Amino acid sequence: MQVVYILWLREVKKYSRSRTQIVASLGSPIMYLGILGFGLGPIFQKAGQGSYLQFMAPGVIGMTLLFTSMFSGIALLWDRQFGFLKETLVAPVPRLWIMLGRTLGGATVAMLQGSLIFVICFIAGFRPASFSSVPLALVFMALIATVFAALGTVIGSSLKDMQGFQLVMNFLVMPIFFLSGALYPLANLPKVLAVLTRVDPLTYGVDGVRTVLIGVTHFGIAADATVLVAVAIVLLSAGAWRFSKIEI
Amino acid sequence: MIRVQNLVKRFGDITAVDNVSFEVQRGEIFAFLGPNGAGKTTTIKMLTTLLQPTSGSLELDGLDPTRNRDEVRQRFGVVFQDPSLDQDLTAWENMEIHGVLYAVPRKERRERTVVLLKLFELWERRDALVKTFSGGMRRRLEIARGLLHTPKVLFLDEPTLGLDPQSRNQMWTHVKKLNETDQVTVFLTTHYMDEADRVANRIAVIDHGHVVAIGSSRELKERTGTESLEDAFLALTGTTIRDESATAADAMRQIARMWRR
Repeated sequence: MQVVYILWLREVKKYSRSRTQIVASLGSPIMYLGILGFGLGPIFQKAGQGSYLQFMAPGVIGMTLLFTSMFSGIALLWDRQFGFLKETLVAPVPRLWIMLGRTLGGATVAMLQGSLIFVICFIAGFRPASFSSVPLALVFMALIATVFAALGTVIGSSLKDMQGFQLVMNFLVMPIFFLSGALYPLANLPKVLAVLTRVDPLTYGVDGVRTVLIGVTHFGIAADATVLVAVAIVLLSAGAWRFSKIEI
Repeated sequence: MIRVQNLVKRFGDITAVDNVSFEVQRGEIFAFLGPNGAGKTTTIKMLTTLLQPTSGSLELDGLDPTRNRDEVRQRFGVVFQDPSLDQDLTAWENMEIHGVLYAVPRKERRERTVVLLKLFELWERRDALVKTFSGGMRRRLEIARGLLHTPKVLFLDEPTLGLDPQSRNQMWTHVKKLNETDQVTVFLTTHYMDEADRVANRIAVIDHGHVVAIGSSRELKERTGTESLEDAFLALTGTTIRDESATAADAMRQIARMWRR
């Protein structure tokens, strides 16, 4: 257990020390919120859907969780390149623990970053229906973070070098974000898009957070939670398996 | 302590290690010498459970590194050829993580860390991030870390690369002491012949994936009729320079390998 803890602590320490990185990673969510949120606001209102800022804030939180947790999983590649990975791989501890420490650390970092964006959303004018719903929203956020930290680990263990990183960003992370319904309502979508959004795990995460915070739902909170937990278990197992296969 | 029989490792159509066999006795200091790309690091990677051999058998302290991975990992310490420190953590934190990974009890971990950091003259900089360290300091920290748990076998893959003579001297003195007092078996590779000559009980010369000679420094010199180990080494492996640089085809292969399982 101590091994899981110290590797978890490593991720959190590294995060808290990289101030410039924290500030830099706030850039794109703030842009989505500030520019897209206020830019599309009037037309969203005209369509009779209410405040766009209210609608998209959970989406932007989901985006932050997605990007940060995927990124920390893929940081495995840095460790591979700069060597620290080897230090952990030859250690006499089951690789499952190492993988868990890293992945949970990555998920925690994503949670911290997501909470920061939550606060920024609040400053920008986002108001949850009731503050008593915030703890449950944090649970959903934790689920999102775990799912994508695990996915990051699967990918990080499968790639050999940094060249694949762009590929993953453009053909996996961006589609996951755009298909998640973070930016638009899921009702009345064209058939193909409706199917694609349903296979995207982030869709259920964003829907869960949105349901809890502003009471607008698509699948219902029970379905959201079930899907997320199931996907988390599958991806953690896949991550453990991929991680156990790493050769250097 | 270590027994390697008919070991083969292929990467695609390249045979990095070709039918290598040797034995290392308990408490021995054994040196693996060879030009670049001879297969030294690949052999170490297989012995330290990082790579699976294509064929052949391995044994470390009576255990098979390909099957009893965790038991084997408990028994060795390793200093890799390329750095394996976390640069965003401090020297102290790097030692701490290593201690936890190897289940060194807290009190002992702290005490040994203090001793080792002082020994390798890193004590003053214990709370500085590793990325602010010079190359030599990083190397010293890495060696200190490898000695934190007391392993039965210590693998040192070109540990003194980039170290000044003072640090090299200090390091080998310490390794020899560890070997004598704790009976730690040492398996090392180096390009500095004088080091091998000074510390190793027996030396294996490897080239193109084959072991071309094995024996004590004196035996190798007698066999080749040379005065120094360096001359013996050149007599055994020739004087041509080996290229390790990657070609365009290698780069392509690497991209293809990226998605391989």
